[in-house]
Amino acid sequence: MPSAGAVTGSRSFLAKLRDGDEIARLVTFVFAATVVLITVLLVYELWINSTLPRHKFGLHFFVTQVWDPVMDEFGALPFVYGTLVTSAVALMIAVPLGIGASIFLAELAPPRISDTLQFFIDLLAAVPSVIYGLLGVFIVVPLIRTVIYPAINKPLGSLPIFKGPSYGVGFLTAGIVLAIMVIPYIISVSREVLLSVPRDQREAALALGSTRWESTWKVVVPFARTGIMGSIFLALARALGETMAVTMVIGNTPKIAASLFAPGYSIAAVIANEFTEATGELYTQSLIALGLVLFLLTFVLNGLARLLIVVTTQKGSGVSA
Amino acid sequence: MQSSPNPGLSVNVAATATSSAREAIGSIPLRMKISKVNFYYGTKQILFDINMGIADKRVTALIGPSGCGKSTLLRTLNRMHETVTSSRLEGEILLDQQNILAQDVTLLRRRVGMVFQRPNPFPKSIFDNIAYGPRINGMKGPIAEVVEKSLRHAALWEEVKDHLHKSAYELSGGQQQRLCIARALAVEPEVLLLDEPCSALDPISTAKIEELLVELKSLTTIAIVTHNMQQAARVSDFTAFLLIGQMIEFNPTPQLFTTPSDPRTEAYITGRFG
Amino acid sequence: MNARLRWRKLVSNFMLTMTGVCAFVSVAVLFFILGYLLFNGGTSINWAFFTQLPKPVGEVGGGMANAIVGSAKLLLAASLLGVPIGFLGGIYLAEFSGAKVASVVRYAADLLNGVPSIVIGIFAYAMVVQPFKHFSTLAGAFALGLMMIPITLRSTEEFLNGVPRMLREGAMALGASKWKTISTVIVPAAYRGILTAILLALARVAGETAPLLFTAFGNRFWSQGWAQPTASLPVMIFTYAVSPYEDWHRQAWAAGLVLLGLILIINILARTILSRGIAVPRS
Repeated sequence: MPSAGAVTGSRSFLAKLRDGDEIARLVTFVFAATVVLITVLLVYELWINSTLPRHKFGLHFFVTQVWDPVMDEFGALPFVYGTLVTSAVALMIAVPLGIGASIFLAELAPPRISDTLQFFIDLLAAVPSVIYGLLGVFIVVPLIRTVIYPAINKPLGSLPIFKGPSYGVGFLTAGIVLAIMVIPYIISVSREVLLSVPRDQREAALALGSTRWESTWKVVVPFARTGIMGSIFLALARALGETMAVTMVIGNTPKIAASLFAPGYSIAAVIANEFTEATGELYTQSLIALGLVLFLLTFVLNGLARLLIVVTTQKGSGVSA
Repeated sequence: MQSSPNPGLSVNVAATATSSAREAIGSIPLRMKISKVNFYYGTKQILFDINMGIADKRVTALIGPSGCGKSTLLRTLNRMHETVTSSRLEGEILLDQQNILAQDVTLLRRRVGMVFQRPNPFPKSIFDNIAYGPRINGMKGPIAEVVEKSLRHAALWEEVKDHLHKSAYELSGGQQQRLCIARALAVEPEVLLLDEPCSALDPISTAKIEELLVELKSLTTIAIVTHNMQQAARVSDFTAFLLIGQMIEFNPTPQLFTTPSDPRTEAYITGRFG
Repeated sequence: MNARLRWRKLVSNFMLTMTGVCAFVSVAVLFFILGYLLFNGGTSINWAFFTQLPKPVGEVGGGMANAIVGSAKLLLAASLLGVPIGFLGGIYLAEFSGAKVASVVRYAADLLNGVPSIVIGIFAYAMVVQPFKHFSTLAGAFALGLMMIPITLRSTEEFLNGVPRMLREGAMALGASKWKTISTVIVPAAYRGILTAILLALARVAGETAPLLFTAFGNRFWSQGWAQPTASLPVMIFTYAVSPYEDWHRQAWAAGLVLLGLILIINILARTILSRGIAVPRS
């Protein structure tokens, strides 16, 4: 607003200048705020669109095994079970492999080899889920059916977790495919965390007459244990939300079964398979309710993971156990 | 604690002027003997023709300006230099007449211990820190006793005896460094190497550790690198002065500090450079 | 050397070798995947794949021309949504915002990044499909665009913050306003990093299938405009791979090869340009 007087000209120039910055600030603020808005809206929509099953089933939703669209009976238990079992199998395979590999990359490999291998591991993380599913369907499934199942079932078939016939698909297959998918996350984060452990921790161990393995396993790895836990949480969060690869190899059977060879279902897989065919509001909203559950699970895990990783990489410079 | 040193290594008195090739130690036996040592990081040479000895049950100090190679030399004594892949050592280093370069390195490092510049306790309890060495080496006898003995030797027992299961990180800097000394002592080394152990500590903790070192030498042979000349003068029996990777002078401490035989030594200790 | 030490050394050598095996196996998987795709997909790629429409169910032959175009349209529209929000939002974080607002925005972005892609699909369904009562390219693009926002936002902020103070102060000392400094000096200095980050974001969403399942849905024919459902490479791979038809399996391999090849090439290019990877973990 130009005021009367000799400084009218410069005032309006300054005002224009300020306005330019102000506009920029405002515009960019709007876009930044949009991010927050979207996130809030997402949670809101998930909540609002799952009210029907919440009112009808309440907390029973989580303990009901039945998933019967015809009778309008929906329970989350088989899917929660499947999600947890496949993730557990995945972690049992991926954690030892991943930590082992990260130890090699951080402690043993010369820097250039370590960086090159890490580059390839990063590329592995970029492979889309549907490609893993493709390989799962045509390689892992036949492998389970023709090699692994006979090898395990013959001697150990009486154990409940190895019982029953196998069609190749099932919890174990999904777990194996998931394991391959989450290994890169464990490796990348653990490697970085191990690299941040101060040199003189390892040297102190060596100076006491430790072998290289002893210094790594008993001193360096424990020093980094919080961050490594973080990487495992991250991997778990990834495994829980994984949709396509699991859908293609889990067997799509909403049943709880003890055997790893049995077909099952996961939260993400049932949403993927049945969402477009869901007839009726209750059906659709039950699937959305499952989506909300998945969201909450990954939200908590990711938050924990982030916390643990930040704490460890900061610890390298300070001294607080 | 250690086997008696080999009498064949003792050298007779030679009170004449030193050169880097002389070992002027008197009738005190040598625990370690360093001969014709040259050291390289890749193509860059760091140490040039080092010859000296570490006297048994005495404190030997390595002094010199920054970058003179004193820490590098110290770290060859327990082969810690091998953690850097580009390092190369020529020459001979004997521990009780055996070449350490031909020995198993894990075994050597139990016999020659090290305390580092910054306190570096493990992320474990005080007890587990000290117990680490004995446990992996499968030492005989109840661990609790070994831990107490080591803590007493390090003058730390009274301060921590009721808190053994607390985290080592709850100790102060000076206490942590004494913990590291106790940890090193727990495996009963024959030689203890200390690489500027007080440089990260306050004067009071420094004084405590200096007192400790004088007492410890009856237990174990000590070699210490220090950039603090007064500390060397207070604490050591023998001093070696290094300059740009060469050993300029190696003599009993009182002699080096009062009547140095090399003008460069004199220039350093009178503060003309460093 | 006593027996105990010999044992300890044996254990040490064994375990360290095992870690090498773990690393080798992990990396070998990548090459295994590539090899399999090249072998099975390479033999199936032909001109028809790129130019023809899918044949009716059960018939042999045909291609995925509509899926290729569909994916391209989806990615284009997704960028138009995701890039401006991420880029301009990142500028706000780096140049204008106070610490508290910044941490809120960053937290929201990290949260969004961690949402499983199928849940993003549900959100997009609720926002774009339900109101209009049909599947569309726009809905798919909306879902994919959302997924591009966090990476673009964080990377823009990171690279802008990485521009040296000297450059900023030089411009401001010449009398440039804040916005002028940003647009003519800072952004140009950071654009390489930001561009590669956008490429990486594209590579990531190019392979996403789940969010498209009930947004863009699928189409056996050409999709006209933006309001029709459309085929896309990832969804075709999924549909064909789980089908009972041999020929469809063959085509799924071919599509997998094309998709992965594209994604890997973009990744390798982007990462080598950056020389340091972007530290935004995928959910």
